[in-house]
Amino acid sequence: MIAVAAPGQVSVPPQLRDPVVVDGLVQVAAASGLAAVVLAVSYAREIGIERDLGGAFIRGFVQVLAMGALIGFLFSIPLAFSGVVLAAMVGYAAWESRKRGDGVPGAFRVSLLSLYVGAGVVIVTMVAAGAIAATVRNLVPVGGMIIANAMKTNSLALDRFKGEIESNRSEIEALLAVGVPPESAVAEYVTRSVHASLIPVVDAMRTLGLVYIPGMMAGMILGGANPIYAAEYQFVIMGMIFAAGGLTSMTTSLLVSRHAFTDAAQLRRFEPSDPTPTLLGAIRARL
Amino acid sequence: MTEAVRADGLGLRTDGDWLVRAVDLTVEAGETLAVVGPSGAGKSTLLRLLNRIEEPTEGTVHVEGTDYRDVPPTELRARVGTVPQDAALRDGTVAENVGIGPRLRGESVSRERVADLLSRVDLAGYGDRPVEELSGGEAQRVAIARTVMMDPDVLLLDEPTASLDSAAEREVERLLSDLLATGDRTAVLVTHDERQADRLADRVARLEDGTVRAVGRPEEVIA
Repeated sequence: MIAVAAPGQVSVPPQLRDPVVVDGLVQVAAASGLAAVVLAVSYAREIGIERDLGGAFIRGFVQVLAMGALIGFLFSIPLAFSGVVLAAMVGYAAWESRKRGDGVPGAFRVSLLSLYVGAGVVIVTMVAAGAIAATVRNLVPVGGMIIANAMKTNSLALDRFKGEIESNRSEIEALLAVGVPPESAVAEYVTRSVHASLIPVVDAMRTLGLVYIPGMMAGMILGGANPIYAAEYQFVIMGMIFAAGGLTSMTTSLLVSRHAFTDAAQLRRFEPSDPTPTLLGAIRARL
Repeated sequence: MTEAVRADGLGLRTDGDWLVRAVDLTVEAGETLAVVGPSGAGKSTLLRLLNRIEEPTEGTVHVEGTDYRDVPPTELRARVGTVPQDAALRDGTVAENVGIGPRLRGESVSRERVADLLSRVDLAGYGDRPVEELSGGEAQRVAIARTVMMDPDVLLLDEPTASLDSAAEREVERLLSDLLATGDRTAVLVTHDERQADRLADRVARLEDGTVRAVGRPEEVIA
C-alpha cells in the first residue's frame, strides 16, 4: 500500500522497499514479457485465446500478490483462524471447480463436500502425524496447496463425468430401459472420471525427480535445508496431494453420479446455467 | 383378453409445450400395438413415458393393473423393456452386450441363454465378436437380444428399423415378426412406416401433435 506523506513525496512501506521485492518485479516483468509473446502469437494466428489467457494471467498475478500480503498478515493471527481461512479456501475452490461441471446437478454441493472430505481428511491426518506443523505459517500455505490440487482433480473429475454422460446418454438410457439400476449404468463412467482426474497427479508422481522438480523442494534446498530431508518432505507433500486428490475425485464422482438421476431413476438433462453466476451474485440471490 | 398396459390421461408438457397430451390407450396382453404418425408427433416420447424413462407431467400408466409409480423403476423396466432406435451398444463383445442387463443387475448370466438368444436373432457364433465389427442390422439384432434377455412381459420397440438399410430392415422385421407372432409377448411398436405397422401389428394407434387421433385394426386406421 502506498501512503502519501507530503506533497511531492511518496512514502513506501518498508516491506515494499525490500530489494528482494524490487528484484521480484523485474522477474515478473520478464515472465510477463514471455506471456505477452504467447498472447501476440495467439492474436496473430487468430487462435482466439488471448482474452482468456491475458485475463487469467493478470488475475493470477493480482491474486497471488494479494495472497502473499494476506499470508504476511495471517502470520500474526491466532492459530484457530487458520481453520476458518482453510474452510473459506475450500468454499471458493468448490465454487470455481463446479464451473467444470456446469449443468451437472448438485455440482457445487458435491464439490464442496468432496473437497472438505478429501483435503480435510488429509490435512487433519498430517497435522496429527506431525507432517504439517500446527502453526499458521505452515497450515495455511501447505493446506492451500493441498486444497488447490484437490480442486484441480475435482474439476477434472467433473469435466470428464459430464463429458462421458453427455456422449453416452443414449447408451445409459438403453440400459436403464431394460431395468439396470442407475448406479450400475454409470459405474463405468464414474471409474473413467476418477482415472482421468488422477492422471496429472500420477504422472507427476511417476516423473518426480526425473522430469518434475517440485518448487517446494527446490525452495527448501535454496533455503539451506538438507537436500535429503527436502526430498523426503517433498514426497510427503506429493503423497498428501495424491491422497487428497484421490479422495476428492472418488467422492465427487460417486456423489455426482447419484445427483445425475431423479428418484424415479431417470437420467437428468445437464442444462448449463446461462449466464454462469458469479459467487457474489449467487450469494445475493440466496439471501 | 387381459389388459397388459393402460395409459390414463398420459401427458408430458415441457416449457409450456405439450409433447404428449391426454393419451388414453390400452394394450392387451399378447397383442402388438403399433403407434404411427408423422415426425414430431410424440411417438418416441410416448414410448419413453410408458416405461418411465421420462416422467409424465399428467396422468399415469397401469401395468397389469398396478400404477407404475408404485413399482420400483428398475423392476418396472425389467418387465416393460425397450429396444431403442439406435442399438446403443457398449464397447465389448456381442455376448457381453446381450448379457449386460442381468450382469449389471447383479444376477447370474446364463451362457446357454445368451447362445440361444443369439441363435434366435440369427447371430449364432457371434458371441466373441467385438460390437464395433457389426453391421447396423446386426447391431440392432443384438439390441433386441439384449432386451429379450430380460424376458420382459412387454416389449417397447422404438423405430427398430428406422436407421437401417432396406436389406437390414427386412432381416430385423422378420426377426420381430417371429418374436411377436407367438402371441405370448405384448409389444408396442413405434414406427413411421405404416406398411410395417400393417405387417406387424394387431392394432394401430395414430398419434398427431402428441394426441391419439385414431385407434383400431390396421385396415381401419391405415389409409
